[in-house]
Amino acid sequence: MNKYILLRHRDIPNLKDLQIYQENGGFAAFRKIVTGLTPDQVMQEVKASGLRGRGGAGFPTGVKWSFLPTNLWPHYVVANADESEPGTFKDREILEENPYQFLEGLAIASYAVQANTSYVYLRGEFDPLAAGLDRCIAAMEAAGLLGDNLFGTSYSLRLHTHLGAGAYVCGEETALLESLEGRRGLPRLRPPFPAVVGLYGKPTVINNVETLTNLPPILENGATWYRTIGTEKSPGPKVFCLSGRVKQPGNYEMPLGTTFRKLIYEYGGGILDDRPIKAIMPAGASSALIPATEAVLDTPMDYEAVAQVGSPLGSASVIILDDTVRMDWLANKTAHFFSHESCGKCTPCREGTYWMAHLTDRIAAGKAEAQDVELLHDVTSQIQGKCFCALGEFSIMAVRSGIELFRADFDARAKRVES
Amino acid sequence: MNQLATKYKDEISRIMAKYPPEYRRSAVMPLLYLAQREMGYLTDEAMQEIAEITEMGVTEVASIVGFYTLFHDQPGGKYRMQVCTDLPCALRGADRFLEELCQNLGIQPGETTPDGLLQIEEVKCLAACHRAPMYQVQSPEGLTFYEHQTVESALEVIAGLRASEQGKGGQA
Repeated sequence: MNKYILLRHRDIPNLKDLQIYQENGGFAAFRKIVTGLTPDQVMQEVKASGLRGRGGAGFPTGVKWSFLPTNLWPHYVVANADESEPGTFKDREILEENPYQFLEGLAIASYAVQANTSYVYLRGEFDPLAAGLDRCIAAMEAAGLLGDNLFGTSYSLRLHTHLGAGAYVCGEETALLESLEGRRGLPRLRPPFPAVVGLYGKPTVINNVETLTNLPPILENGATWYRTIGTEKSPGPKVFCLSGRVKQPGNYEMPLGTTFRKLIYEYGGGILDDRPIKAIMPAGASSALIPATEAVLDTPMDYEAVAQVGSPLGSASVIILDDTVRMDWLANKTAHFFSHESCGKCTPCREGTYWMAHLTDRIAAGKAEAQDVELLHDVTSQIQGKCFCALGEFSIMAVRSGIELFRADFDARAKRVES
Repeated sequence: MNQLATKYKDEISRIMAKYPPEYRRSAVMPLLYLAQREMGYLTDEAMQEIAEITEMGVTEVASIVGFYTLFHDQPGGKYRMQVCTDLPCALRGADRFLEELCQNLGIQPGETTPDGLLQIEEVKCLAACHRAPMYQVQSPEGLTFYEHQTVESALEVIAGLRASEQGKGGQA
């Protein structure tokens, strides 16, 4: 009995071999839709499945596709393989071990919006993975799965990889497009959205690797089957990246709606040295901190329920913090990350992340005064709601929630000054 | 005479074919990687040649080099050992790993060993948080990940790099 839908390579050895992928039903869905379904029928099936974007925003995939105007051509699909959120390492496993299911998903998305050229944008550090995908793409061309007049129809498709070169902000979809066009990765003003003015000024869909990997099973088995997995509003399987202070960190594929407790204590084997758990960051370094109460541990991990306990689910990069972790230290880590990765385009992010890094340095080093913790909190208020893109908005999450929920950690490091 | 265009004629044609003919600048990053293979960093001449191929200004090319961390405009160690010390790795001992490794090598993060072989750099998340401590080694040949590392295993990796350089008859 095979249990994996996305990480199928864990059930089927050598699934990254094209012949083995095809022997296990690979490219049947792509062939079926190109020869038997209209693009609109594909879009309707994906809408009906309820699939939501796995890159972090959780936006319904089929709806995103439907925003492309049909009087502007060509259309492009760009796969976002820039996976750079601290705590996220799921796309890498898919690209390394199950690349054809991802590429078939990209081909399906391309057909659905009638794109004839699509790109995979990989973070520069995935150089070896890009070389692997290039070999897969060549094998697909040789097997007649890419190229002109596919399966005897008038549909043609070509796929290309493109490497970034080390910039977290390029995971933001408009910065990614800038980078693909040969510019610095600065986000674009929206609207217009990429669905209308995207790559080379043309209508463009940008989907995450894991999102695309969901498509072959959806088109093969149908939306009704897909909806038997996960929850009503968050259907389907999800790869949860578990890291931090747990015994068995790793990728765990589970239905959306599985509890934190099951992920951490059953799959992850519990906390290192069986220490008490202190907090959870469900969306990587962009998370707000969630104190790990019993109620939180029993919260189902879907887009709605996790947001209700204090942080978006994001890309489900679940970082576990135990009682050895000082939140002033943690805030210092995330502040430095965002300060390093800020593209510099907008002032609140460029200056604000610098200030947060500077202040958290002083606090963590025991050089700050109690009022500096207030100042740090004020700085987060000056960033919040004022940034050009989500990078800046998310940069304050751990710092601000750290101060608000774990104030004692900060105060313990700040010098008491008699007034 | 554009040396890059001459030496890598076929490879440059393959890169250019990925993008619409009117968007030559899309090739700037692949071409920078190509040029960086030569010396391990990007010379002014290389940037000038890439500007010509992509029909961009050379200042624009330099701004791309400055923006992205994997492009270098200064010579460094032949091998750049880039250790992730971001939050998830730090929760699993990455800061201590980097500190002890540097002590063993007698250099600070950012510095290069006296023989020019190895430069240690502290970098941001590399998408291997579950296998920390970890690092990647960037060299003219490309990138390699090393995971589940200890100071001992890292020193073995470095010894291996040094041995292979001596095998090549290099200066390192």
